[in-house]
Amino acid sequence: MLRDLVMFIAKSIVDNPDKVEVNEVEGERAVVFELRVAPEDMGKVIGKKGRVIHAIRALVQAAAAKEGKRATVEILE
Amino acid sequence: MKSVEKSGRTVEEAVESALSELGVSREDVLIEVLEEPSRGFLGILGGRDAKVRVTVKKEKVELAKEFVLGLIKKMGLEASIEVRSQGDARILDIIGRDLGLLIGRRGETLKHLELLTNVVCSKGAGEAKRVLVDVSGYRRRREKELEEIARSTARRVERSGKSIMLEPMDARDRRIIHMALQKNNRVVTHSEGEEPFRRVVISLRRGQGSEPRKEKTEY
Repeated sequence: MLRDLVMFIAKSIVDNPDKVEVNEVEGERAVVFELRVAPEDMGKVIGKKGRVIHAIRALVQAAAAKEGKRATVEILE
Repeated sequence: MKSVEKSGRTVEEAVESALSELGVSREDVLIEVLEEPSRGFLGILGGRDAKVRVTVKKEKVELAKEFVLGLIKKMGLEASIEVRSQGDARILDIIGRDLGLLIGRRGETLKHLELLTNVVCSKGAGEAKRVLVDVSGYRRRREKELEEIARSTARRVERSGKSIMLEPMDARDRRIIHMALQKNNRVVTHSEGEEPFRRVVISLRRGQGSEPRKEKTEY
């Protein structure tokens, strides 16, 4: 479900929603969502001074906390 | 999305006829040129018209609403959205129960949600300059709270004569503090430090004869 959330946010932001991929990796302390987007959409998901990816993480963390989990999002090149 | 295809002697002519058929203005559409016009041999034989596809963009507010509704659903929350106008901004107020997690500590999560919403809806058309996001009127309550912090801190400054530095706030919250004390002629406010740790300092307004204070307010 959290993966769907990451997917939904990323697809809403980018110009190439078909190129969005989200991989879920179970870490020791937290779930890590690895996000891949089209190269030309990289700037969009990162945002000025990283504001957009920071906001994505904040919302995913809030949703995870609701289920008593920890989660974060990393962008892969 | 609504769209039409039109032909004309020039691209401009084709676009004009599409706009008049759709009854919308140029800012509200996406224009694709399907065929460039060509004049043909000596301007008589084999000339080809221009062909365009004109698509009406979705309203900013509509895009914002769809995004927020989709997001809260994916977060497993149930809520509805009320849209209000405030000057040239539109406020999307999310109404529902147990939405505290959308607000977060001191409204942090709400600000992140608002930023994402604006990234998403900036592609849309419409008059709304800005889309603000609120949760059950939280924004207004927080404003009142900040104004109260401003006034009570100003009273402490007046009593002690010492400057007081408030906790770090973002530009919008600092602005509320500055505005709340703008008409208070016993104290002055200014901001210090670098984002995101910039803080408002409230100090006693100096009387005449002492060194001049900086009067200009910097948010």
